[in-house]
Amino acid sequence: MLYLEHVSKTFNPGTVNEKKALTDLSLHLAPGDFVTIVGSNGAGKSTLFNAVAGNFYVDEGSIRLDGRDITYMQEYKRSRNIGRLFQDPLKGTAPHMTIEENLSLAYLRSSRGHAPFSRISKKDRELFKEKLSLLDMGLEDRMSQPVGLLSGGQRQALTLLMATIVPPRLLLLDEHTAALDPAAAEKVLKLTEEIVGEHKITCMMVTHNMHQALSVGNRTLMMEGGSIVLDISGPERESMTVRELIGRFRAGTGKDLDNDRILLS
Amino acid sequence: MLFIAQTALELGFMYALVSMALYLSYRVLDIADLSTDGTFVLGMAVSVSLAAAGHPILAIPAAMAAGACAGFVTAFLQTKLGVPSILAGIVTNTGLYTINLMAMGWSSNVNLLKQETIFTKFRALNEFGGWYEFVLAALITVAAGAVLIWFLKTRLGLSIRATGDNRDMVKASSVNPVLTVTVGLCVSNALTGLAGAVVGQMQKSADINSGTGIVVIGLACLIIGETVVGKGSGLRGVLAVILGSVIYRFLYAMILKTSIVPIECLKLVTAVIVGLAIAAPALKAYFSLQKRKIAASRKKGGK
Repeated sequence: MLYLEHVSKTFNPGTVNEKKALTDLSLHLAPGDFVTIVGSNGAGKSTLFNAVAGNFYVDEGSIRLDGRDITYMQEYKRSRNIGRLFQDPLKGTAPHMTIEENLSLAYLRSSRGHAPFSRISKKDRELFKEKLSLLDMGLEDRMSQPVGLLSGGQRQALTLLMATIVPPRLLLLDEHTAALDPAAAEKVLKLTEEIVGEHKITCMMVTHNMHQALSVGNRTLMMEGGSIVLDISGPERESMTVRELIGRFRAGTGKDLDNDRILLS
Repeated sequence: MLFIAQTALELGFMYALVSMALYLSYRVLDIADLSTDGTFVLGMAVSVSLAAAGHPILAIPAAMAAGACAGFVTAFLQTKLGVPSILAGIVTNTGLYTINLMAMGWSSNVNLLKQETIFTKFRALNEFGGWYEFVLAALITVAAGAVLIWFLKTRLGLSIRATGDNRDMVKASSVNPVLTVTVGLCVSNALTGLAGAVVGQMQKSADINSGTGIVVIGLACLIIGETVVGKGSGLRGVLAVILGSVIYRFLYAMILKTSIVPIECLKLVTAVIVGLAIAAPALKAYFSLQKRKIAASRKKGGK
């Protein structure tokens, strides 16, 4: 499904700000994998996502998605097959455009840029309405309102819908519930699990919540210093507790987790 | 008085096309396209030169195509070559000066004497009496506005709007921002070219300096219109630019007639209006902060 082979990326090479963000990282995801990723700040989690999504090109190594080499594919082309959600709910939607128009943009993925002069059809509208009603937020009755009027939780739920309205081959969730209030975060996570489960989307999710890291999905990765230091799945993962996970982290890196958010959650 | 109103309406509708172009580039795409001055003259030069050669109708699409080419250059500079967007417009504008001279046969102005223009052809229909110039200008502007409204609702139009609204999101939803910026600037500059083409044939001349300050006037009209009609997408935006442009031309005509403001000062007045209008949110924030500070210090003093 997704193969990363010996991927490395260094930011600002040759300067005092040089930062080895990914070091010889290899990763293989099977179709339908739902992987959670934990690690302290600067461990390379977001960099890994950006490398896969095409925010930059990697210095070394190769990335293959569904048998296709995408190492040097442009970002917007990759996004036909890769859906993305960011921590900031404002990042994923256009605030001055209506809910319907935002969804229609996301739906472009299905038409692959054909028919640039086509308009939102009645059929599209019905589909959007049906999908919105699944969110159970009343958004289906507000389709002609600008997205800027929605709350953070509603916007993130809408972004999730936009990223999956044409099911992507790969879904990247970068702490997509971290900026929401607890109730909204729970709701968005539940929707995520439902949608990912329904379409069997291969998915990677960064989280700072250790409990979530073990309870959501079928596999957990831990990153440190630009590499994967722990990769657990199956029975080993099922029997693992949060305490053990933190212990394994310490054993793997010789360091304590530096992030209060991890320890508190 | 009727004559003033008629002239203001004619000019208002014609120059509304410039504001429409700026609505697309400045409001929708969020790019300040400073090549507008040059593109306006380019449209005028192409249109008048072709009309002089006996092709007044062909002159209109040709001027639009020329404008689109200028827009393409600006877009190419900023999307592919990393030139900051404001600078890209200025570079194109500078280059266009020479192109415009070339389009006018290396002379600084071209005049139409006996040759036909779209206006004389339209008058020959004998339908609208003395109002033929206004009717034709209004028809062209309204048609362009209708096409623009339609265009902004298509998938491509939506992608262009999203590019101006949230570029991060656009990249993550399989839209190529290079394409949307390029198409947006081509369409916008085609509209500016159209404005130059219509104005040129109306006044039966093209002058190399006739575009100076057009971008600021266009913005002034856009802002006046938005103050009256309100900001919005599509229909509201197009209504705003037409209304704003007509109001501006009315004020202009009034000032000409009554000489409240010396006519030499008009560009300065326009610049001040635009500057203030764009600064309005910052000024508002500043004054409300000062007000709160004063209120707070009074409270303290009163204790």
